[in-house]
Parts: sequence; structure tokens; C-alpha cells
Amino acid sequence: MSSTPTPDAPTPDALKTELITAIGSAGDLAALEEVRVAALGKKGRVTTLMKALGQLDPETRKARGAELNQVKDEVAAALEARRGVLQDQALAARLAAEQIDITLPPRPETTGRLHPISQTIDELTAIFAEMGYVVAEGPDIEGDFYNFTALNMPPEHPARQMHDTFYLPDAPDGSQRVLRTHTSPVQVRTMLSQAPPIRIIAPGRTYRSDYDMTHTPMFHQVEGLVVDETTHMGHLKGCLIELCRAFFDVDDLPVRFRPSFFPFTEPSAEVDIGCKRGGGELKLGNYGDWLEILGCGMVHPKVLEMCGVDPTRYQGFAFGMGIERIAMLKYGIPDLRTFFEADLRWLRHYGFVPLDMPSMAQGLTW
Amino acid sequence: MKFTLSWLRDHLETTATLDEIATTLTSLGLEVEEVTDPAKDLGAFTVARVSSAEPHPNADKLRVCRVETVQGEVQVVCGAPNARTGMTGVFAPAGSHIPGTGIDLKPTKIRGVASNGMLVSEREMGLSDEHSGIIELSDEFAVGTPFATAVGLDDPVIEIALTPDRADCAGVRGIARDLAAAGLGSLKPLDTTPVEAAIPDAVAIRILDDAKEACPMFAGRLIRGVRNGPSPRWMQDRLRAIGLRPISALVDITNYVTMDLARPLHVFDADAVAGGIHVRLSRPGETLDALNGKSYTLDGEMTAVCDDRGVLGLGGIVGGVGSGCTEATRDVVIECALFDPIRTATTGRKLAIDSDARYRFERGVDPAAVRDYVEVATRWVQSLCGGEAGPVVVAGGEPAWQRSLTLRPTRVRDLGGVDVPAAEQRRILGTLGFGLSEQPDGSLAAAVPSWRGDVAGEADLVEEVLRVHGFDNIPAVSMPRLGALTRPALSPSQRRVAFARRLLADRGLLEAVTWSFLAPEVAARFGHADPELVLVNPISAELTVMRPSVLPNLIQAAGRNADRGFPDVGLYEVGPAYRDGTAEGQDRIAAGVRAGAARPRHWSGEPRPVDAFDAKADALALLAALGAPTGNLQVTRDAPDWYHPGRSGVLRLGPTVLARFGEIHPGVRERLEIKTPLVGFEVMLDQVPMPKRTGGTARPTLALSAFQPIQRDFAFVVDRSVEADRVVRAAKGADKTMIDAVTVFDVYEGTGVPEGSKSVALGVTLQPTERTLTEADIEAVAQKIVAAVSKATGATLRAG
Repeated sequence: MSSTPTPDAPTPDALKTELITAIGSAGDLAALEEVRVAALGKKGRVTTLMKALGQLDPETRKARGAELNQVKDEVAAALEARRGVLQDQALAARLAAEQIDITLPPRPETTGRLHPISQTIDELTAIFAEMGYVVAEGPDIEGDFYNFTALNMPPEHPARQMHDTFYLPDAPDGSQRVLRTHTSPVQVRTMLSQAPPIRIIAPGRTYRSDYDMTHTPMFHQVEGLVVDETTHMGHLKGCLIELCRAFFDVDDLPVRFRPSFFPFTEPSAEVDIGCKRGGGELKLGNYGDWLEILGCGMVHPKVLEMCGVDPTRYQGFAFGMGIERIAMLKYGIPDLRTFFEADLRWLRHYGFVPLDMPSMAQGLTW
Repeated sequence: MKFTLSWLRDHLETTATLDEIATTLTSLGLEVEEVTDPAKDLGAFTVARVSSAEPHPNADKLRVCRVETVQGEVQVVCGAPNARTGMTGVFAPAGSHIPGTGIDLKPTKIRGVASNGMLVSEREMGLSDEHSGIIELSDEFAVGTPFATAVGLDDPVIEIALTPDRADCAGVRGIARDLAAAGLGSLKPLDTTPVEAAIPDAVAIRILDDAKEACPMFAGRLIRGVRNGPSPRWMQDRLRAIGLRPISALVDITNYVTMDLARPLHVFDADAVAGGIHVRLSRPGETLDALNGKSYTLDGEMTAVCDDRGVLGLGGIVGGVGSGCTEATRDVVIECALFDPIRTATTGRKLAIDSDARYRFERGVDPAAVRDYVEVATRWVQSLCGGEAGPVVVAGGEPAWQRSLTLRPTRVRDLGGVDVPAAEQRRILGTLGFGLSEQPDGSLAAAVPSWRGDVAGEADLVEEVLRVHGFDNIPAVSMPRLGALTRPALSPSQRRVAFARRLLADRGLLEAVTWSFLAPEVAARFGHADPELVLVNPISAELTVMRPSVLPNLIQAAGRNADRGFPDVGLYEVGPAYRDGTAEGQDRIAAGVRAGAARPRHWSGEPRPVDAFDAKADALALLAALGAPTGNLQVTRDAPDWYHPGRSGVLRLGPTVLARFGEIHPGVRERLEIKTPLVGFEVMLDQVPMPKRTGGTARPTLALSAFQPIQRDFAFVVDRSVEADRVVRAAKGADKTMIDAVTVFDVYEGTGVPEGSKSVALGVTLQPTERTLTEADIEAVAQKIVAAVSKATGATLRAG
């Protein structure tokens, strides 16, 4: 081995230039690795030159060593930089190859809906809960006593005929069984089972033998009953005005109380809300026209008495309204009969997403 | 109940406008349904006379008329064949709106001749379809007379919806009395002074014993020598305006008094009455040819007004043809009677007769005014038809109706929520006809007038005061709060029902609400057997039996959706099912069906039809959400027979069935014509135990292990009849402290597994709690698992 570079051996500077050029032209990571091995590997050219340093005299070795170290560092840095570039290029190429058609539809998820009747009941419950009412329930198959007699409709009372009652075979004790024609029997059951003060609402299924454009043999009502020592008609008005405005989400909705007649209340009233009609549409608000939406009144003393509540001490009010009717008004549902057809297009259109839980804290309606 | 404004003014002295009257009626509880004022549409049209009608120079069928009108002489081109010189017609000026055609009239030229307005036909006035010529009026009308006046259409018609308690307002006079109380004028007196008998002739009247309750009082009067013809124009106009057809003076009088005083009357042709009149209960099989043109067969419970030959009429409901009045009638008997409301209503319902008489008798007519109204009727007959009256004959008598009620001075305020001064309370009640006297204790004794059978207690008096004072004047008061915070409105069990609804919707199902009743053959297929649940009077054969299960309606709904082109549907309903007719025999059920594809065709993967495990997942998810101990549930194979016997199950806690699920039986599908795959579930909400709250609201302590869980897989070969659940339970039971979870990740039959066997692959998660497990520890547990499973099921560990 010669102690000096052979004439054809490049100078460190030239070697550096050559290697850096080779690095720059390495097209991929594999080629770059070949360049690295050829330069800095165990038998690489830089390594070989460095191994040969030991044979030089100290003075030359020192200068030559420093020179070669600098070559080695610069080549290593160039390798690293080139590796970064090539890695970025490789990643970009991979990502380009991995492209998908993002316009494709995602995997289908079926979205369920709550029926408008359930949503409406939940809305009413939220409002009345705020006024201190609790929810009471009763059976659909009722005794004649609960559905009529205790509500001041004795057997021959003409109002019974107006109810289009569905009858079932008599009970074993001979009493008449009916499908409840209204939710009012829950009033009776509540008063018979608990002492005043009472504040309940009773939503549920009701039945009348009638089937046409605006009647279905089954429908839903919500009943309300308040019994204590001081509740009067002013409270009845306050309660129902606040209900109507909150439910229909119209702050200045006019609410009118009109004297009427029900056997189980005295005085009795029907309640109208403001609206306008025209062009086959109905809009709620202060427009001068009226639409009847519910019946109410002060509980008849005879009803209190028949339900075991002392009418000389207690008084209160009751009301009842059709759930489908107010749902139709609020949500613009045109046809009552469609509520019970279970047409999935209707349920998807008029139904409610399950997380849309009405509350007074979060609001009743989007 | 309909009446006209002029009719009301016969009883009410008032200066109030139509609008004021309508508003007040509604605020009194006499809800105005409609006010029609035909004169409004007809205001532009007046009587005109054709002074000359000459042929049109350029058209054969047209005439050029010179018309005397309220505006002076006007030239009109007219095509009507009856347009002629001297006729009296109706003129529509240029600028008016023609109601029948919707055209706004303009001055124009017709074939070169100027025409300023038109002479109109009935169709153009919107009165009828008559259009063969223009309207011809009598010459008696002066030119310029409003057309509405000329044809008697100048009287606005008011229709009110009468509540069943207000019998008194089934007559115009009662309505006038309410309006007077509300301050809209004063009630005019009604002349009821007796008409002296001019002849001694009388008809004999008896009420037989069996009819004394059905007809407590019957007054009659013979009038001889009447002339029956058309009633006067004003009476006909009023009757027509409220929808009644004028017939003859005698018939019109009965209808008029019915509407005027809420007092149905009857007038018999005295010559058609054999002997006297008696009232008895009808006999089964008797028949009546009624004035409404129909024939009725009576039972033994109806009130029959009879002569010596047979039934003349049904008391309070309808008269008979045989004794009705005709043009030839000379002598009449006026009937004015009291008929029992309930029997009248029952008879009317049985025979399906809705008459104006029934409407009033079943609400109750004034029991004290029988004699007065005989006199009123006598006056009408004599003034319109002449004749000489005999004496009034009365059978039975006025029932006791008198009662006095007490109104405490504070009661209006305490019940009604508004302070109405005592003097105003007295004024209101007094004007309504109550006899008042102040009691020593300050309360008011109110004698109820005979026409107010509906007023029976103090609350009724409060209502009278309030409705006249105005419900609008009651200040609205918010409900007093029971505390700063409100209680929950739902009980825990109600909350779970509400929660079930939202959970099932969240699982992708659509909530349906379906009938509580269904067809008997469908009910029978779903376990119905109880005759207590069959409606006595169903509205249709499809809606007859109270549903024993919620599923059949949902299955049929899925079928209807498939028929409309939507076979992939998931529906649920939370509602009642009925075991028997008692209040306790009604269960709260959450049921659902899934039909068609569970996974539809999609680029991302293969489609999959619904299967029993979709339904099982729904049932289990719901049970878990309701707090049922799902880890302790057993699955048994005894689902009812509307499920596929091999692909259905029952989820139970010991003997208590919490839910059922599975494929719907192919026979049921076929019967209900469902062609798609169909699975369903039923969760018995009332059977799911409420979660225990022994520790208050606190959850159990969370014990988190510091050591990583370890997963080991096992493949067992078992007889194919062995249910996976047994394998899982055996594995779980092998080391309860160490084994945290066991899942089935594969079930396989075929190559590599002996015939008649299957491979069940379990993934077992071991959760060390005290130290990291060594291989020896894991091997020890694995040995226990293999031994336990092998012992319980005869399984062997699969080789390889």
C-alpha cells in the first residue's frame, strides 16, 4: 500500500463532490442505500480512506483525518436530507395511490323516528311538569261507572249517546264494560285513590265508534285535573293560556274562553286559540279568527262527591284535549287517519329523532 | 239552532248591531257558528222597470232596453227572451260584482250599441240555477227598492251551536232573554192572555195510567171553521231562512212556535180524530205512517198519542199522516203537551228520527208554560186562519219543577276567580228570570225559572253570573308553584316506558301507533281466546277484538309498506296488549318487527336479510337499558306459536318471561301475505324488575385492575345439538375470579369436524387482579376451562 494517494485516487474534495452528486441522483430509498453503503459502509470509499489514515505520519494524518471527517459528515448529512426528500416523495406517492372516491355513500344506517303522538305527549308532559303536575294512567277497558256515572252522566243521560261508545260484554258482576270514550275516568280513579291536593295529567288512548275524514275509532287525549281548596277559574285560565302559548310556541297567541257545557264540569268552557284561515292553510297567532282546541271547567260538585272528595271543602278544574288534533295544528299534519297507517314515508317525514327530547330547559321544539 | 235578526228583534228591544249581537252570543256560551247576510252580496241590485224593449239593430236575439232604475234611465242590451216593455226586473249597475258568475260589470258596447249594466237572472244572483230568462218581479215594488228586500233576503241568519243543557235557547225568545241579561237590550213582553172560548165544543183527552210518566200533562183545544192556506210571506221567509219548507199556515204555525218559543206543538185535523184523544204506551207491532213520509213499527215502550182507532202520532217526536192538516182542514185540535225527555230520546234513537220536536223534548221544554203556549198557538191560528176556539182541555198536570238555590256572596269570587259586585250578580240573575231574595246571612236565595231545568246547584248560579259577566273578564292567574323546584312528572316505571320508546327509535326502528283492536281470525292466531275482549258493537270486522299482542298490527303494517314498494322496514310500538277485560288485564308491551334486508344492497358489502338475532339484539338492548339483569337471563325455546319453532326464544328470569323474539312463523307470514323475511320481538315492560337502589344513587365501587387482561382462544368440538350458551356458561364458570368475559367468535360445521358435531370457538378474557400471570397460571386456568366445558357438554378440544 502506498502512503500517499495514488495519482488516480480523487482528492477528498473531489470524492465529496462525486458522492454528493450520486446522492442527489439516487431515485429511491434503495438506490440511496446503495450510495450510502458504497460511501460509508464497512467497505465504503470514505471508510476505506479513513482506515488508511493509520499508515500516515502524524502530521499528515491529522490534517488528512480532519479533511476526511468533514467529507464523512457532509456525505452523511446529504444522505439524511435526501432520505427525507425520498420518504416524502414515497409517502406522497402512496397517498396518491390510496385515493378513494369520497363521493360514494357511506355504509347505510337506519334512522329511527318517534311517532308525533309520543313527541306531543312528551312536550305536554314537559310543560305540565313545570306547573307541578304528575302523570297518571288508567286502563283502556273501563267500567261504566268510571267512564260515565262518576262523571255525572247517569245511565239515561243524553250525553252518553253523544259519545259513540264501544261496548264489551258485561263484567261477571253484571256491570257494563266500555272502551273509555275519554281520558276523564283517570280523574275518577285518581280522586278515589288519593286525597287532595291533586295535580295530574293523564295522556292515553281513547275510543269512539266513528270513522271518517276527521274521526278515527281510536285516538289520544290528555286529561288534566287539579283539586285543592283554592284553585279557581282564574287559575284554569292562567294554566291553559300558558300551556297553549308554550306548546304552540307563539308568545302572543290569543286564547279565548267561551262558556260551554260538559256534564262533569260547572262552570264549563271551551277554549279557542287565535288563527287565520285561507288558501287551505291555517296559521296560529293574533289574526282575529278562532279555532277551538279544548274543553275545560271547574270540577262539578257531584263528580267530587261521587269520587269521595268533599265538595264543600275542595274544588278545582279539569280539562281535556285531543293529542292528534294539537299535533296536527302544531306540525301541519293534514290528515288524522294517516297517524295510524304506519307508512314509513310518513313516519320518517313527521317523526322525531330520538334525541330530540323536549324539555323546558332545552326548549320544546327546534 | 238558526234564527234571523228580525225574528230576534220580535223578542228583543235593542239597538245593537249584528256584530255586537254575534259577539255577545258567543261570549254567553251560545256559540255563533255562522252569520249569513245575503243582503251584503245583493246590496248593489235594485228593482227596475223596463220602459221600452226594442229589437237590436245588429242582432236578432238581443234587445235594447231603456230601463228605469234608481240611477235614472239607463240603456241596457239584453239577450233574455222575457225582456219586454213594462216588465219589472232586477238591475245590476256598471261597476257591480255579479255573485253568480264572479264578473265585475263594466260599461260596454254590444254589437255597436252601448250597454250600461244588466238585467239579471236568478243564476247570476247566485240564488238558483235558473237562467232561461231574467228575474221578473211583481209590479208592486217601486223602482229602486233593494232587490234583497223584494225577495225577502234582507234578514241576516244567525246559526248557533246549542249545548245540550240550554233547552230554553232552542227558541228565539230564550236567546233574546240571554242577550237582554248581557245588556244588549230588553226582553219584550209575550202576550199569553187567555183567548176566551167562543164555542163550547171540546175534545176529550185522557192520559192512561201506563203513560203518566211518559206524558205528565196534555192540553188540547178545538178550533172550528179555520181556512188553511199559505202562511203569510214574512213567516214563509223566516222559515225558509232557517231551512224549513213552508207547507201551509197550520203546519207553519207549529214549526214557527217550535222555533220561536222552544215549544213543539201539534195540530190535528179534528175530522180525522175518531172520538177523543188518549195517550198510552205503544203496543209491540203497532205501526205509524208518519208526516215525514216514512212508516214505523213501534215497540211497547213508546209514547203513543191515539184516537179510538189507533195511533195518531208519537208523542214528542212525529205526527201521523192520517190526522195531519190539509188545505181542506176546517176544524183542528191544537196539542200542547209535556213528554218525558228520556223516553223521547230513547224512542227517537230507536226509530232514528231526528225531529225539531224530539230535539226540544229530550232537552226538556218549559213545564210551566203549557197553558200559556196553547193561548199563543190559538192566537196564531185565529190570526192566520180564523176560526172559533173552544175551551182549553187539560189532562194530567204541571209536574213539580220549583226549586230554590242558595248563592253565597263570596262564591263567585272563590270559584270563579273574579269579583262581581253583589248588585250586578242580582241584576244578572234577575234578568235571566230567577226570583231572588236576600237571606239574613247575606246569601241569595234564587228561585230557578221553569225554563231552566239545567240549573241545579250553586255552581250553576256561579256559571250564570260568570258567563253573563264574561269569561273574558276573569283575570288569568298562574298556577301557584308547589316549591322552587318541581317534582318529576313521571314515576320510575313511566320513565322507563318513555325511555323504551326513544331507545328503540335510536336503534333505527320507526315508531308506529296502531289500533288496539284487530280482526278475530288474526287475534285467534296470536293466542286470543277470551270472549270478554270481543267488542259488542265493532265499527268493522277488521276492528273487533282487543289485541292479545302488539305484533300482528306491526306485521301487517310491514306488509303494507312492502306492498307500496318499501320491503325493508323496521317498526315498533310501545302500547297495550289485553289478557282479559279487567283493569289489571292490560299489559304494557314494547314490540317491534324488522322485515326485508338487515343490510341492504350496497357497494361496501354483501346484503343480509333480517334474522332472529336482529330481534334478539333489539330485545336484549331494551332489557339492558331498562336495567334488567341481562347477565342472569335464561334463553328458552318455548316462544308462542306465532314464532318459528326452531328460530325463536324466550328471555326469562326463572319463571318470569321478560321478552320473546325470533323469526315470525312462516304460516303467520303466509296468512298475513308477507313475502319478505320477517322477525319480531315483544318485551313485557311491566315484568322487567325495577333496578334496585339499595345504595342510594351511588354506583358500585369501580375496581380497576393494574394488570393487563389476557386473551386465550379455545375451539371445542361438541355434538351439534349442544347450544352455544351451555358451552359459554361452562367456560365462564370454570374460574369466576379470573375469567372476565367469554365470547363466541366462530361456530363451524364441515371439513375437519366429525359428522354430527360442530366446532364452537370461544375467546376467553382473563383478568388478573393481583399480579401479572405467568404461563403456568394461564395454563392452569385453560385446563380448568377445558375440563369444565368437557364435563358440561362432552366437548373435546379441537386438534390443531
